[in-house]
Amino acid sequence: MVTAIASTANGRRSPYPGWFFLPAAIVYGVFFLMPTFASFYFSLTRWSLFEASFIGLENFIQFFREPFLVKGLVNTVLYAAVTSGMKVVIGLLLALMLTSQIMGRGLLRALVFFPVLVSTIGVGITFTVLMHPTKGAINEGLSLLGIAGPGWLTDPSLALFSVALVDVWKGVGLATVIYIAGIVAIPKDYYEAARIDGGTKFQNFLYITLPLSRPATATVITLSFIGGLRTFDLIWAMTKGGPGFASDTIASVIYKQYQSGFFGLSTAGNVVLFILIAVLVVPITAVLNRREGHQ
Amino acid sequence: MRKIFRRSLASVLAGLLAMTALPRVASADTSMTMLVDNASHTIAISEALVAAFQKKHPDVTIDIEARPGGGEGDNIVKTRLATGQMADIFWYNSGSLLQALAPEKTLLDLSKEPFMEGVAETFKKVVASGDGVYGVPTRPAEAGGIFYNRKIYERLGLKVPTTWAEFMANNEKIKAAGTTAVIQTFGEPWTSQVLLLADFYNVQKQVPGFAEGFTSGKVKFATTPAAVRGFEYIKEIADGGFMNKDFGAARYEDGLRMLAEGEGAHYPMITFAIPALSDGYSDQINDIGFFALPAEKAEDTGLTVWMPAGFFIPKTSTNIDMAKAFLAFVASPEGCKVQGEAVAVNGPYLIKGCELPKDVVQSVSDLLPYFENGKNAPALEFVSPVKGPILEQLTVEVGSGIRAPADAASLYDEDARKQAQQLGLPGR
Amino acid sequence: MRSRASLLGGAIALLVSLVVFVVPFAFIVLMAFKDRRQANLLDFSWPNGVHLWDNLVTVVTTRNWMLVTAFINSTILTVVSVTLLVLLGAMVGFVLSRRKTRWNPLAEFLILSGLMIPPAVVPTIWLLQGLQLFGTLSGMILIEVAYNLPFTIILYRAFIATIPRDLDEAAIIDGGRPMDIFFKVILPLLWPVTVTNIVVQSVGIFNDFTNPLYYLPGNANATVQLTLYNFQSQFNTAYNLLFTNIALITIPPLIVFLFFNRQIVAGMTAGAVKG
Repeated sequence: MVTAIASTANGRRSPYPGWFFLPAAIVYGVFFLMPTFASFYFSLTRWSLFEASFIGLENFIQFFREPFLVKGLVNTVLYAAVTSGMKVVIGLLLALMLTSQIMGRGLLRALVFFPVLVSTIGVGITFTVLMHPTKGAINEGLSLLGIAGPGWLTDPSLALFSVALVDVWKGVGLATVIYIAGIVAIPKDYYEAARIDGGTKFQNFLYITLPLSRPATATVITLSFIGGLRTFDLIWAMTKGGPGFASDTIASVIYKQYQSGFFGLSTAGNVVLFILIAVLVVPITAVLNRREGHQ
Repeated sequence: MRKIFRRSLASVLAGLLAMTALPRVASADTSMTMLVDNASHTIAISEALVAAFQKKHPDVTIDIEARPGGGEGDNIVKTRLATGQMADIFWYNSGSLLQALAPEKTLLDLSKEPFMEGVAETFKKVVASGDGVYGVPTRPAEAGGIFYNRKIYERLGLKVPTTWAEFMANNEKIKAAGTTAVIQTFGEPWTSQVLLLADFYNVQKQVPGFAEGFTSGKVKFATTPAAVRGFEYIKEIADGGFMNKDFGAARYEDGLRMLAEGEGAHYPMITFAIPALSDGYSDQINDIGFFALPAEKAEDTGLTVWMPAGFFIPKTSTNIDMAKAFLAFVASPEGCKVQGEAVAVNGPYLIKGCELPKDVVQSVSDLLPYFENGKNAPALEFVSPVKGPILEQLTVEVGSGIRAPADAASLYDEDARKQAQQLGLPGR
Repeated sequence: MRSRASLLGGAIALLVSLVVFVVPFAFIVLMAFKDRRQANLLDFSWPNGVHLWDNLVTVVTTRNWMLVTAFINSTILTVVSVTLLVLLGAMVGFVLSRRKTRWNPLAEFLILSGLMIPPAVVPTIWLLQGLQLFGTLSGMILIEVAYNLPFTIILYRAFIATIPRDLDEAAIIDGGRPMDIFFKVILPLLWPVTVTNIVVQSVGIFNDFTNPLYYLPGNANATVQLTLYNFQSQFNTAYNLLFTNIALITIPPLIVFLFFNRQIVAGMTAGAVKG
């Protein structure tokens, strides 16, 4: 970030001054980057908090030997893909609905957005109770319809997906708002022109709304995919990675290692997680942002 | 204009930051801090002890700060010790968890203190490291085994089992009568390991050098049939269909309720549950009995003992003398009395001169014979610093039918190896 | 006909949204009305009698009125952090989306890293101790700003990209200084996304549990999420108190939301006009 300052050296004062970066860069550099770099060193040590001894790459070797790592990796990517996919689709649909002349629009916007505001721990506790296999309101409701509800959080094949659903419930409001902002910002002339050309509503959506809300899609995907790869508080509040290891993600594996006092190992896990995210996310955002540049 | 703006912006920011520096409340002559976990009985005991201590020392105030329990709490304690931010006194587990705090580096050695003479040797052993002894017991001794509902036993004419086969036969009869035979509460995974851990009296009886061998990595769970049995017990109970329907989601508190209200007959648990039971179910408390986990053979059945948490003083404490005075108070008969009034007594005291009241609850009187006849031994985590952190997930998996006992045992060995490597434990 | 279709669609959408988005909150509120015994059954039922007041009193007064201290601390923490975040984030987002240099990828990478890398707790504590900021609200504020900057910048950058350059170029020709352009032209235009940022970040910081736990120890420094955690275990049989506490700490976000809800809509209309 410091670099932008150097490039103002061409004499002319830029209307976009590099020093605008400075306050943010200082806070971010001091309070985030410095400790992070320090911790990278510790990933190469056996670190008990009280002492650190250099052991080279042993932590990384150990991390990849973790018996549940593969499952954790698959779960992590699956969780991120499912939550961000659902947030894109449902968020866009809700945004379309909430920008049309629908009854109770204000109330609906409020309802959809409100869960974003509630504490994750609170949401986790509430849904853990609602998803209780025998006493929970969800299965009670299903049994009224004659359906025997599953063990949402206790069935190993279902637990991760149940948490992902709650994640979508809690986060889709933000995606919706981002989409609403994107859709509202599309100039009315386009729709006007389309109307004169006799375009249908669906064509409008396909040829105007969808391409022009691309920046919004980019933001939603970037945020929810990264968020999904990293999330941990909701999983922790609801299943703690269980039953057994069924809903473990890399973040929860790392956290458990940290809890067990394996500080060097968990730091190595952080580095691995970071690389995984970088490998997956950097290409995605590069593509998304290139398209965005055309606008 | 630009300058003025910048200056005013800066002053606004400075003002905002200044607002955050709240004035501190003026303190009494000596004020100390104390960090405890947030379990209700921990807080009740701590508050009672602090109140009684402050009455004796009116110039002292002790501020109790609560922290989460479990792994999250372990983290906070380690982080605060490592960064020199620990409270003047703190409450923490004895045994393997204490060893992970590097007591020789971080804690104040109490071995030369006169008040330590009143502390039982069995407890001193689990708070010692090298030549140092670091804590005083917060509670009486505890034990892991089976809580059972005596009314159900009476109704079905059952006898307290002394062998695993008798126990399973009882379970069959209870199941046939339409009651849950064994309560399991995997909604809180730590509860799932009790069956395995409480079998340790039996394991050490059959394999005498198990703890030392396990510590050094020479003896393994997977290759010791007596140790694998613990995992198999969990599976047999699951396969027998003896568990409550919501075993996967039920929590510890649900387990206590089911036991007290007779929805379930057996609950494998540690006796620190007794205060919660007598608080929540004072009418039914004497319907609840306790027996040691039955082994294959009756002569191998004995009590696996848990040592309570201790109070410790970090080296960084700023009020070392007053902190020691507090610990001395805790380790005195007067301290026992205060504790006993705050929370129901759940076992024999570990402090000399402390007498159990005459009217202990049923489960405690069931417990005492094992202490008197010597058929007891400390649990593995008090005789070995190795305790693999994923054990509770493995026992949940075995109990939920996801993983076979032998498989779980060898994964647990791998986990123990990793822990020894990560913590740099000696002998590995 | 059009209106009937939208009426029907609206009715169905309302119904579905009611069930999906209202039932969980209704559950929280119902639990807060129940007594301990009924709440522990965890079912979705009507309370036997109103116990809300008792629950409220217990929750608020527990542990020396800890909740009140926590509310004060959390409010200061949230307000100051969000103010700083909005200012710093908008400045970076503005320049980042306007100036294309070969260094932009690095900045982008650092921003993404901020979203991706879980913070390193212990080195951060050492740093805060070195700066005499450990266990102070000021230190906590700077931490929250550092951790949440990337997200703020991303939101601003995406939004600024949709504002035509003509606007700032016109201001430059008029001889405006960068500061003036930014504060007088750009920042007001950013109001919709600023509202989004205020809402999202204030809620995130208000609801933050882990960071205050590490960087802001001590009862005098408690924040609201910490009280939630206290109740969860201290009264783990008492779901009525737990849910009363959840309901209580949801009120400030609710107020923020009610306050800005209209602003979001108004801001968006402005955004539409400007396009």
